[in-house]
Amino acid sequence: MAEAPNIPDELEVRAKWGDFKFTPANEKLAKWQIAKYPEGRQKSAVMALLDLAQRQVGADTDTQGWLPVPVIEYVAAYLDMPYMRAYEVATFYTMYNLAPVGRFHVQVCGTTPCMLRGSDDVMAACKNKGMAKGKTTPDGLFTLTEVECMGNCSNAPMVQINDDNYEDLDYDIMTRILEDLADGKEIPVGSQIGRKTSEPEGGPVVLKEMVKANHDYRKEW
Amino acid sequence: MAFDFLQDKDRIFTNVYGFQSWDLKAAQKRGDWDNTADIIKRGNDKIIEEMKESGLRGRGGAGFPTGLKWSFMPKESPDGRPSFLVINADESEPGSCKDREILRNDPHKLIEGALIAGFAMRARAAYIYIRGEYIMEAKVMEAAVKEAYDAGLIGKNAAKSGYDFDVFVHRGAGAYICGEETAMIESLEGKKGQPRLKPPFPAGAGLYGCPTTVNNVESIAVVPTILRRGASWFAGFGRENNHGTKLFQVSGHVDKPAVFEEAMSVPFKDMIEKHCGGITGGWDNLLAVIPGGSSVPLVPAEQIMDAPMDFDGLKDLGSGLGTAAVIVMDKSTDIVRAISRLSYFYKHESCGQCTPCREGTGWMWRVMEKMRDGDAEIGDIDTLYEVTKQVEGHTICALGDAAAWPIQGLIRHFRPEMERRIRENKGAEVLEAAE
Repeated sequence: MAEAPNIPDELEVRAKWGDFKFTPANEKLAKWQIAKYPEGRQKSAVMALLDLAQRQVGADTDTQGWLPVPVIEYVAAYLDMPYMRAYEVATFYTMYNLAPVGRFHVQVCGTTPCMLRGSDDVMAACKNKGMAKGKTTPDGLFTLTEVECMGNCSNAPMVQINDDNYEDLDYDIMTRILEDLADGKEIPVGSQIGRKTSEPEGGPVVLKEMVKANHDYRKEW
Repeated sequence: MAFDFLQDKDRIFTNVYGFQSWDLKAAQKRGDWDNTADIIKRGNDKIIEEMKESGLRGRGGAGFPTGLKWSFMPKESPDGRPSFLVINADESEPGSCKDREILRNDPHKLIEGALIAGFAMRARAAYIYIRGEYIMEAKVMEAAVKEAYDAGLIGKNAAKSGYDFDVFVHRGAGAYICGEETAMIESLEGKKGQPRLKPPFPAGAGLYGCPTTVNNVESIAVVPTILRRGASWFAGFGRENNHGTKLFQVSGHVDKPAVFEEAMSVPFKDMIEKHCGGITGGWDNLLAVIPGGSSVPLVPAEQIMDAPMDFDGLKDLGSGLGTAAVIVMDKSTDIVRAISRLSYFYKHESCGQCTPCREGTGWMWRVMEKMRDGDAEIGDIDTLYEVTKQVEGHTICALGDAAAWPIQGLIRHFRPEMERRIRENKGAEVLEAAE
């Protein structure tokens, strides 16, 4: 099981987030999520609404966002479910941040497929920039987390920073990405060595027609 | 005899690399949604019959025949409960990255497959459960579903077939265990993803207590093509009982890691040579391979070379095809650390429901970490093996087994290496004491 988080529920948190409410735009998205499930099953939308709430907190604080206790209470009340049930969900799934994070949440994959291709170097690049696992840098810019397999194994090693994946990394590339983020530069997402997606480096060995045109193979059946 | 590699014209996922757009218009030009109503007019039983004949076995790891699974769904609902199809896109098995390519590059194959499969099993709607970390993929999927609704391909009178069918996208939030079918159902109901005891099986009482079938993304996305080209076309690939084409995902120490579709039963060496440019440092440098994602035991180099990559071929080697996520390790690998890292993964992902798994995964990881430096006794290897045997088969779901098997595989094939580390560590201690 994941390590138990230390959940802040102090007076300041309550004072700051006590009157949390969805913005009108998020309210609309919340209603759309709830409508996906049969009547009386609105509880099914709790994961989507917690995500939405976390994003709204993120937009307010210019970070990836997190879930203060009053916000979880709000979502639970919104779905007419006991607070404890929403709290359980928030603590069970790893993508809900239960404590504040920095502007960029740097999530380095360290599971075996990434490890084999050098996730240690990616981690070292982060540490060299003053980051420590589970901590936010003093300037509030970066939070470093080692995460479990992100499902980009053929493009290993990889990092997910907030919503974006950066793949095919090494020490130098990772250092450059962190510097560019700190400087507010735009970085292309996905493979950093020129691969389109998960084709072999240097171009596909099969389906070469598809590179240039939307080839219809049915004529060759 | 050289292996008959899959030709481009026989590939199902022609846009797997995303060089072309995923959108509806482009997908239709590649042949998706081509007169879907005609397929549906064949009738529920005929479709299920064809799927059985095609020999398609579930692509999510267990390899259960897909057509047979559908046939467990009730033909009518005496109490008015609807049936559901749940599509498992919670791809989290270390090594697996194929469903991601379907979700972001060929989403319409999945939606069309969902309609046909849903119709065949008499389901009212499909929920596509996408792992939370696939943020961009989920966005594409949502947009594709919207396109399909707008074009009348799903919803009321879906694709003019006379059948009403809805498709919804549900995002996870980071939990490997939700890939287990009953945990996924719990999660869809808005709870912690903890697996349920079976029976009742989902086909009897699944999502919201209604009959439910959970299928992998790839199993569903191949359905339209199989039905268009015929069961015998699909059954023409691979050995008996292991038919069809399959998305393989190669990671680790090969020259060019990649995802690609290939015919089942392709020999390991041929596959790596053709698609991945060989092993780093040449074939003599190969140490071991985990052929089916982290949950299956590793296979040493000399045994895997000529092995056919299919369910039975790898079972014969004491391993499994799993999701066809091939993790290659060359001789530079610290093999004990590689497996220990997987033990950490299972410790992290155990849902905490069953004691053998909750306590066992942590214990196994701690002992594996000691094994890395040889900070243990020779007898500890036997104790470790025994504990894996006590976790295996004593939990509600297969996560306990999945945590036990990699370690068992390591001990089976690399015990001398583990003993060497222990002896060396002891030797170092004796030297220190002497000084």
